[in-house]
Amino acid sequence: MSGALFVPLSLTPLLIGVLAAIACAIPGNFLVLRRQALIGDAISHVVLPGIVVAFLLTGRVETLPMLLGAAGAAVLAVILIEAVRRLGNIEPGAAMGVIFTAMFAGGVLLLEQSDTSSVHLDVEHALYGNLESLIWLDARGWVSLLDPEALAGLPPELLRIAATLLALCLLCWLFWRPLALSTFDEAFARTLGLPVGLIGLGLVIVSAGAAVAAFDAVGSIIVIAMFICPPAAARMMTNRLGHQVAWSVLFATLSAVLGFVFAGYGPLWLGFADAVSAAGMIATMSGIILVLAASFGPCRRRVGAPTA
Amino acid sequence: MLWHALSLQLGYNATLVAIGATLLGLSCGAAGTFLFLRKRALVSDAISHATLPGVAIAFLVMVALGGDGRWLPGLLIGSALSAWAGLWVLNRFVARTRLSEDAAIGAVLSVFFGFGVVLLTVIQSLGTGRQAGLEGFLLGSTAGMLYQDALIIAGGGVLTLLALLLIRRPMLAVSFDPDYAAARGVPVARVDMAMMVLVMCVTVVGLKIVGLILIVALLIIPSVTARFWSEQADRVVLLAAAAGGLSGYVGAAISASAPNLPTGPIIVLVSFALFVLSLLLAPGRGVLASVLGQMAFRREVHLRQGLLALAQNQPVYEPLTRRLLRRAGLTRADGVATEAGQAQAAKALRDEARWQIARADPAHDSIAVLYDGLRAIETVLTPDQIAEIDRRIGAPQAVTP
Repeated sequence: MSGALFVPLSLTPLLIGVLAAIACAIPGNFLVLRRQALIGDAISHVVLPGIVVAFLLTGRVETLPMLLGAAGAAVLAVILIEAVRRLGNIEPGAAMGVIFTAMFAGGVLLLEQSDTSSVHLDVEHALYGNLESLIWLDARGWVSLLDPEALAGLPPELLRIAATLLALCLLCWLFWRPLALSTFDEAFARTLGLPVGLIGLGLVIVSAGAAVAAFDAVGSIIVIAMFICPPAAARMMTNRLGHQVAWSVLFATLSAVLGFVFAGYGPLWLGFADAVSAAGMIATMSGIILVLAASFGPCRRRVGAPTA
Repeated sequence: MLWHALSLQLGYNATLVAIGATLLGLSCGAAGTFLFLRKRALVSDAISHATLPGVAIAFLVMVALGGDGRWLPGLLIGSALSAWAGLWVLNRFVARTRLSEDAAIGAVLSVFFGFGVVLLTVIQSLGTGRQAGLEGFLLGSTAGMLYQDALIIAGGGVLTLLALLLIRRPMLAVSFDPDYAAARGVPVARVDMAMMVLVMCVTVVGLKIVGLILIVALLIIPSVTARFWSEQADRVVLLAAAAGGLSGYVGAAISASAPNLPTGPIIVLVSFALFVLSLLLAPGRGVLASVLGQMAFRREVHLRQGLLALAQNQPVYEPLTRRLLRRAGLTRADGVATEAGQAQAAKALRDEARWQIARADPAHDSIAVLYDGLRAIETVLTPDQIAEIDRRIGAPQAVTP
């Protein structure tokens, strides 16, 4: 495909997909190691009520209030899960299951009750996202990348997810040591005087931020898949945390690119006319990568497990 | 209107939905309890999301064979097969790789669901209008429920309940202590599998009413609710079934009583309301009960310390202690002990002395650990033993006010 078509139609969705995948995969590494992988699942469910409440309060589909609403809902869910776990003495998985399903049901109910028929806000959209529609209309080809006028017309989602990813990398770099220490040996980290609880909460909040920014562009399926699959696959490849994060970024990029290409062009190669869901395809690709890593990765077994 | 709905007088469809939802809630509550007690509640999340590709593939196969594609039994069989595949992958990940169960759940859930969405878009591109109804499996759609569908749901629910009844003993044993169960000769892996298959069955049955995203709620919330009310596993299962059934019934009735009230979410919210009530009000494990218990404990400690202070002629400054002593009629307003107060103070001091002897004596080793400063010594020693201790302390002494 020539640059004249590729740049306006495919470049920006592809970039957004890749950036969103990486932004979710980086905190996902720590969540998977801490056995909190399903926090990502919970967060991406409660984003829906947050967005609906923000819409009901402002009456408009605007990005900032919706992002704030989603982030607020994510933090509220984390607090509620912790409250239910402590007050009711319930195991964390069940507490999570109680809260996120109830909040999601509340979101669906609010959506049905409010008059949202005039605006583009529905459950399917929240789940699948609209990656394919994030096109760059002002572009005329590769030269547009140097044209300030055309650059001004870039979809705002691209800039937001890029900024989020940048902030995420910065935070990860700054807090690398405390994060790694508290992830692998919480008791030791505590004896060093690190605020372990605060680090854990911070990680969850940062993950929520990444989830919300990515959700805005690509929907919640990719968010859950990218929180878990690339880090899990990377876990099979190495025993070193730094290498694991690098592998997970590579896997996230690979799933996003392959998924986007197969979703857009795969059906054409098979003789069908229409593209399939890019978000779903990216999640599927990450699953295939995970299965491959789990079958052939050099560090796929538990330490001490029989090797035969 | 709500009353009409609750008494099943809102017409044929509403009645069908209410009966179906009640049965579904019953079987979900019962099946989910075993999962919850086994601490694998969120496995249901993976199972339910893994049904989506099966639904889509079943639709595609039925269309390819020239059928309608929306025949419910076929869709349910497809969803069961793909849920089974998801479960198999999940178990392989946990058994063969270093992934922990939560990461494996998340991976199966998101990848199967993503693949299902890809297939849904394939179906959409096949022809307009024909896919109508499949999106209903995401959040449930009861509007067009047929008599046949209701029969399938009811039949599935009843069969699941029967199966639960038959294998509840081994399942409970495995839930509480898998190692002990294995030592007793219970085939743990197979019982675990049976548990998962039962959960899979109720999930598949519930797809039509509450949808695959919210069925998790019906599996988890009633069992967590029931756990507040009983410490006995059998009763927890029954209570969970009751909570699930009640949520299904009331939820279906509420949703039939007004427009724009989708059945699935309402059922989930009703069951969440039951959960919140239990969290707050349940005796023993509820928040209110533990707050009251804590307050009672605090009063007891303050009274005891106050009495000991009175007995030793020490002034009491702590306002709560003073108030409690005065209210119990043990001191006068100026803080001086009354007759009854003197008697109880002497008794408290004497008990303390008795405890000291008892704790120092190796013969009373086993009761020494029970000492917490509040326990009355009569509840752990016989009158003979106390008399023996008293002999060592000497005669009672008067308290001078």
